[in-house]
Amino acid sequence: MTAYFAPIRDMQFVINELADLSEVAALPAFAEQEVGPELVEAVLEEAAKLATEVLAPLNKPGDVQGARIGPDGVVPAAGFGEAYRSFIDGGWNGIGSPVEHGGQGLPELFNTATQEMWNSANMSFALCPMLNAGAIEAISRAGSAEQRALYLPNMVSGEWTGTMNLTEPQAGSDLSAVRTRAVPHGDHYRIFGQKIFITWGEHDMTGNTIHLVLARTPDAPEGVKGISLFLVPKFLVNPDGSLGVRNDVHAVSIEHKLGIHASPTCVMAFGDKDGAVGYLVGEENKGLAYMFIMMNEARFKVGLQGLAIAERAYQAAREYAKDRVQGRPTGAKSGDRVAIIHHPDVRRMLMTMKAQNEAMRALAYVVAMHMDLARHHPDPAIRQTHQARVDLLIPVVKGWCTETGIEIASLGLQVHGGMGYVEESGACQHLRDARITTIYEGTTGIQAADLAGRKLNMDQGAAMRALIAEIEATAETLDPIPGDDMAVIRDGLRDGVRALSKATEWMLAGGDPGEAMAVSVDYLMLTGTVCGGWQMARAARAAQNKLMTGEDSVFHEAKLVTTRFYVEHLLPKADALLRSIRNGGISIMALTEEQF
Amino acid sequence: MKILVAVKRVVDYNVKVRAKADGTGVETANVKMSMNPFDEIAVEEAVRMQEAGKAQEIVAISLGVAACQDTIRTALAMGADRGILVETDAELQPLAVAKLLKAVVEKENPDLVILGKQAIDDDANQTGQMLAALLGWPQGTFASKVELGDGTVNVTREIDGGLETVALKLPALVTTDLRLNEPRFVKLPNIMKAKKKPLEVLKPADLGVDVAPRLVTLKVQEPPKRQAGIKVGSVAELVDKLRNEAHVI
Repeated sequence: MTAYFAPIRDMQFVINELADLSEVAALPAFAEQEVGPELVEAVLEEAAKLATEVLAPLNKPGDVQGARIGPDGVVPAAGFGEAYRSFIDGGWNGIGSPVEHGGQGLPELFNTATQEMWNSANMSFALCPMLNAGAIEAISRAGSAEQRALYLPNMVSGEWTGTMNLTEPQAGSDLSAVRTRAVPHGDHYRIFGQKIFITWGEHDMTGNTIHLVLARTPDAPEGVKGISLFLVPKFLVNPDGSLGVRNDVHAVSIEHKLGIHASPTCVMAFGDKDGAVGYLVGEENKGLAYMFIMMNEARFKVGLQGLAIAERAYQAAREYAKDRVQGRPTGAKSGDRVAIIHHPDVRRMLMTMKAQNEAMRALAYVVAMHMDLARHHPDPAIRQTHQARVDLLIPVVKGWCTETGIEIASLGLQVHGGMGYVEESGACQHLRDARITTIYEGTTGIQAADLAGRKLNMDQGAAMRALIAEIEATAETLDPIPGDDMAVIRDGLRDGVRALSKATEWMLAGGDPGEAMAVSVDYLMLTGTVCGGWQMARAARAAQNKLMTGEDSVFHEAKLVTTRFYVEHLLPKADALLRSIRNGGISIMALTEEQF
Repeated sequence: MKILVAVKRVVDYNVKVRAKADGTGVETANVKMSMNPFDEIAVEEAVRMQEAGKAQEIVAISLGVAACQDTIRTALAMGADRGILVETDAELQPLAVAKLLKAVVEKENPDLVILGKQAIDDDANQTGQMLAALLGWPQGTFASKVELGDGTVNVTREIDGGLETVALKLPALVTTDLRLNEPRFVKLPNIMKAKKKPLEVLKPADLGVDVAPRLVTLKVQEPPKRQAGIKVGSVAELVDKLRNEAHVI
């Protein structure tokens, strides 16, 4: 297994040049933090040390050993408890949380970069704080002042972790089928039911776990409008903050999975005895709306996981390709054998990995910037514009980055040849770990339905058309000097955005909605591919400006060439996707069930 | 008790160092720079002394270009209380550094000065010894254990034959070896706090020190690439080659 080194150089480039750190830094919300390039560097470097030296070395052992369940609950893989302690002692858990709850109050942009590192280093580990962050967000927004005061400080510091309990055997993507019951009992409720697929639902790394659980009250209406959100602590918390009795909630088993072995995926039983004590969060029957608050953020972070695994897979493939000697250069009949990085097809794979990763990073971090502006800009109208961009692009970051992440993890294995298929190389684990990312927090199909159904129709395509106009404007700012790189990039981006525009008009034309759904994943991938090209074009423009001043020519020349590769070899997929979309869903839906 | 810790900004230990094409030095443009690892150990030792209640104030000092402020900030994030940068774009050789440090020591009057035993860029291993000599202070170099007493410090030194423990009267100077301690991970809240800690910037002229280099670098080049080995057919052939080609037996 190869080591992980955080791609700090590219992260800094994206944060400073593409995600417009200066605009985020100017927000009054961050005045106290003095957010600037120096802070970016200091934070990224220290986070990188923890990722490289503590989390990454546990990735493979965690995969091999996995989490186990014993009579006293779930036992994490060896070393995870100590690593978690280092993680929270370092204050990393609260990086983006408000200062009033003990966090550092740093922008989402910082949080995003560190999230990428934790997930590259050890995705199984990173899932624990990731779910906690979702729970913190839900309690922050929907919880009472008392709940916030009682639970948030320990959750923000990481002394306690949080979980999301949504899924039941019959209620997966369709949460309206949730059956878990909440029975009123004095000032609280008693919860009865079973939840499945609960990530880090049980463990002994912290003193307490705060479960957020979707359940129905006795008189709740049918369907999604009858679901409420409850806070169910593993140990009840006394008003003074001390821990009380063990609650009636237990992990009864953990799943045997393809990947993320060190992340315990629990079956949780609520109310085997008298019912688990639960407290209503927010208003009754609004649970799903609250869950969607945290689900949106979680979807974004799963998108980052796609990027994170792809980065790790790329690093492993790159090192192997530089090291593995096999064959002579193309056309050479004699002479020294060379490392496989000299072979054109290996280059194609490495360039594909590198270019996609840089495009995904740029898009994801830019969305993080929009989150900061949507949350903290003083002008409500501007906040709304940024929120519209966030809402539009979250399913794209989730769907496109995870589908691409799997593709890249697979390419990473391919670069290793036969060794890649052997577990010892470590390449398998990245592919196995990546495979969940297109499934949890809403499958790619769900993301595509969200984009093509909800998001596009919510404003009759206004946010998407604004995005298209911005991409078109970017293309027109690409001055073709010097060399022809920028001309190629400009023309490629023009073609790509034209495809996106045509596809959008087709989707909005109001044909059979089933037909639009049938090609919605194509539409999502088209949007991601073109947005990636857009961000790479912006990167190339920034790189070109840097090159004119002679700054870091090695990095900036590579950025220019990588963008050209993206435009020449990846962006053309936009046209193929457009064709597929225009062909519609007729052949997709034509066969009868019996014909399958 | 007050401790002065010197920290140097060097090419990061993970970077593969390359000579400049014109042979004038090592390529440092666009290369990741970090605190010299031995100096991290020095900061860690000072912070531990402070945490143990044995030291009141830690001052981190660096000498060189403006970017050395980042290195000082790292020391501040680790736990140092304030920083001093002696800023200059000039090449600083060990003697110049020792003279500048001496001037700062005379200004600050620390009881203990801790430095890395050497910096991983030029590996000179001179500054600590020169500074102790210039100050007329006792020195404990290559420390693997440092114990503060009452007005004294016991320093266990890693020497060729084993370990040697010397008892020094304060004020004294210590240079750190690799096994003295394991530096901590910097905590995020401390990075934020470090930004608010005072950092004073001085110029060599303020200290009245002439930093002109005494040594001239003629040429910097990378070591020759290692040649591929060969397989020998027999022991006799091996002995022959060792005797007649390698001239080692």
